Amino acid sequence: MSPDPFALSCPRPLRHDTVQLAHGGGGRLMKELIEGVFLPALGTDPEGLHDSAVLEVQGTRLAFTTDGFVVHPRRFPGGDLGELAVYGTVNDLAMAGARPLALSAAFILEEGLPFEELSGLVHSLKAAADRCGVRVVTGDTKVVDRGKGDGIFITTTGVGLVPAGVDIHPRRVRPGDAVLVTGDLGRHGIAVMSVREGLTFQTPITSDCAPVHHLVAALLAEGLDIHCLRDPTRGGLASVLNEIAAAASVAVEAREEAVPVDEGVAAACEILGLDPLYVACEGRMVAFLPEAQADRALAALRAHPEGAGAAVIGRVLEGPAGRVTLKTPLGTSRLLDLLSGEQLPRIC
Amino acid sequence: MKYVDEFRDGHHARALAEAIRRKVTRPWTLMEVCGGQTHSIVRFGLDELLPPEVTLIHGPGCPVCVTPVALIDQALALAGRPEVTFCSFGDMLRVPGSAEDLFAVKSRGADVRVVYSPLDALALARELPHREVVFFAVGFETTAPANALAVAQAKQEGLENFSILVSHVRVPPALEAILASPQRRVDAFLAAGHVCTIMGTEEYLPLAAKHHVPIVVTAFEPVDLLQGILMAVSQLEEGRAEVENQYARLVQAGGNRPAQALIQEVFQVVDRTWRGIGGIPESGFGLRPEYARFDAARRYAVSDVGGAESPDCRSGLVLQGLLKPMACPAFGKACTPDHPLGATMVSSEGACAAYYRYRRFEPVEAP
Repeated sequence: MSPDPFALSCPRPLRHDTVQLAHGGGGRLMKELIEGVFLPALGTDPEGLHDSAVLEVQGTRLAFTTDGFVVHPRRFPGGDLGELAVYGTVNDLAMAGARPLALSAAFILEEGLPFEELSGLVHSLKAAADRCGVRVVTGDTKVVDRGKGDGIFITTTGVGLVPAGVDIHPRRVRPGDAVLVTGDLGRHGIAVMSVREGLTFQTPITSDCAPVHHLVAALLAEGLDIHCLRDPTRGGLASVLNEIAAAASVAVEAREEAVPVDEGVAAACEILGLDPLYVACEGRMVAFLPEAQADRALAALRAHPEGAGAAVIGRVLEGPAGRVTLKTPLGTSRLLDLLSGEQLPRIC
Repeated sequence: MKYVDEFRDGHHARALAEAIRRKVTRPWTLMEVCGGQTHSIVRFGLDELLPPEVTLIHGPGCPVCVTPVALIDQALALAGRPEVTFCSFGDMLRVPGSAEDLFAVKSRGADVRVVYSPLDALALARELPHREVVFFAVGFETTAPANALAVAQAKQEGLENFSILVSHVRVPPALEAILASPQRRVDAFLAAGHVCTIMGTEEYLPLAAKHHVPIVVTAFEPVDLLQGILMAVSQLEEGRAEVENQYARLVQAGGNRPAQALIQEVFQVVDRTWRGIGGIPESGFGLRPEYARFDAARRYAVSDVGGAESPDCRSGLVLQGLLKPMACPAFGKACTPDHPLGATMVSSEGACAAYYRYRRFEPVEAP
């Protein structure tokens, strides 16, 4: 493989003939799909991939991103598809340090979708946009035959303004950076799974689904030199650390005991045989910044309710490039690898 | 997390490791039987805490791993039938058959569903009376009672659209095979805690006596495993060969009698083939004749389906503790979790999967 994963001259061969579910799971197969099909055909930013592209337009820097939302069930404890469609895109803009300006929303509707449900989702999308101070300025609607869509798919695209002097990108991550998370991990994935699979817990687990752009603004207002931000959605914290370590050619060491995980989420994961470090969040972010600024960053995050559970969970090391390790509570360490696709519940 | 954190406590774990270090005077090789134990050992790096005299080798106790290719192929054939809704535990979906896995069949339109219990599959059969619901009944003695219960309930309710594809295996005959092997390396066993919650500890007494081997029934958390290792090493150092119970908080000598009765009612002991290892007499369960109509292999006549394993996969040696995963020439090269040659690379309890996921950065050990 080429030393720069984003400068491949020829596509890596795909080892499947058809698309598999795991190609969308945020793990190694998704990486293979992007590097094997999309990048060779569409080309890429020589700077490398990030949650948003940053475009310079006549002296103004705009962040630009898009995201498709296909969550099932469409309502889950703590949120719904409409909210998710706004927060997902707003958060991707925020990962470039941008203040969200405007969104587009495209709806693919399946024949037979009840208007009551559609209207409910659109209203919650609007409420979420209001919460973020962003307007939905354009959109599109398509209706497909019954059986040709899963009720409703929403795609949102967002544009945001990157403040002068802000440069948040994986390539800026360097040895000596601290790694922070803004709250406990894995709640969204477990909340959705509990409804999808009909699992009931003594204490209901609600999704962490929320915007994080004001947390980014708080860090920037503090004058901190944020090197990189990423929201741990599909594939969770472990995938973020792997992506950043690879993109920045550094190693990352996380401490298992320092990673905040809600008691209920930990118990659900234990029962299902899942590792919370790979479970999706929709209202959290991972921040990389110089270790000397970590305490100020924590204080700035904790001043907001959404950042109350912020914690330093690890640090960036010189190398080997791309390696992510986890220090266990026993003082031993292990690899924290990218998974193939999504985690599967175990047999016993 | 209550009831878990105390068993992952660093101080307690290090104190146990120190006690093992003080006890040991010569090299010993211990086999942990269950894949769940293997994952715990590798995930928490327990072997790093042990003195060099103590070697852990990984046993055959991963039901997903030992399910023969022929049965996976039968599962694929069943899942591909248009009238069938095929239900399975999640970690069977990535296990390669001779040509593909259940995910591949699913991606072509087969109705394959992940369930958490055979009773979920039974509920699905009630819900979908026009579908043929087949459950892939894989597992050791641990999962046998629930599978037996599902079949017994289906019979009671007269639910004719429910059947199971049985691949049930039993631990004691596998341990007997390992001990009887001329290549035997095992000095003591950490027996699988969960299996013993059902079956108890008594069936291990003849094995311990016949082969003069300590057997310590052990749970799955780091402190449990280190305590089990300390108990086994103490027995070896003192020349004892007893069945001891580290998992006393859940395992009783007689096991769970109602669960055993349920197994007895629905299943009978049969010979089974283990993937990578071969045939082991009396090493599994099959449906009793009075429940034969719930046997999916019979109902859909797929018993003859079945291809060959990859000749490059050495999981049989891994499952017998004769080869460490990273010493396999295919490990991480021709065989990865994305493109596995054998089940040990994809099962959540597979030894190769544990090393690939947690240890890949280490230098390759000698076989």
